[in-house]
Amino acid sequence: MTIATASLVFMVVLMFSSFLCLYRIGAGPTAPDRTVAIDILGTLVVGFCAIMTWQTEKAFYMNIAITWALLSFIGTIALAKYLEGRGFDE
Amino acid sequence: MSESVSENVGLIIIVVGVIFDLLGCIGLVRLPDIYNRLQAATKCVTLGTCMILVGVAINIGLADGGGAKALICAAFVLLTSPVGAHALARAAHKAGIRLWEGSVVDKYLEVDSGKKVTGAKV
Repeated sequence: MTIATASLVFMVVLMFSSFLCLYRIGAGPTAPDRTVAIDILGTLVVGFCAIMTWQTEKAFYMNIAITWALLSFIGTIALAKYLEGRGFDE
Repeated sequence: MSESVSENVGLIIIVVGVIFDLLGCIGLVRLPDIYNRLQAATKCVTLGTCMILVGVAINIGLADGGGAKALICAAFVLLTSPVGAHALARAAHKAGIRLWEGSVVDKYLEVDSGKKVTGAKV
């Protein structure tokens, strides 16, 4: 199995997982459910970027993955604080 | 010989990681309430993504910078994902999201209110 075929299979599986996350974002039923799904979707994108690094052998996709992980974490923490009903500095 | 061995080891680790990701997302869709979904999805997807990143680092090597960045990213995901999940579970509990009716214990409510909670209803 070549790298192109293997990475294509991995990408298809990860995209199917992302569609499951999108279903949970759309279906809800509560706001924390949607926030969990957004967090998981961000983590899946990090893995997707790693697969793209492996396929294309270009290292800059890993920069995108690191940035995406950072922003996903900050967004999750901010949404959790908002759902808890507190200020960001507490 | 060693090239091909490391490539195969990396490929197996990536395959296991992708399977973990898929199972975690199936858990996200199938499980009944927010706490169960959080527990299934966060643990499976964190481990799966870390395994993908480690497998990619093994495959492409540390020489040109991509593998080192993948290892840094794996450490970062491994550190931050449980923190985010914990904050979300706490926020959902504080926001008054009820447990699934089949859940039998709510330790957080017991500690918070100071009285013992028994049975399914909380």
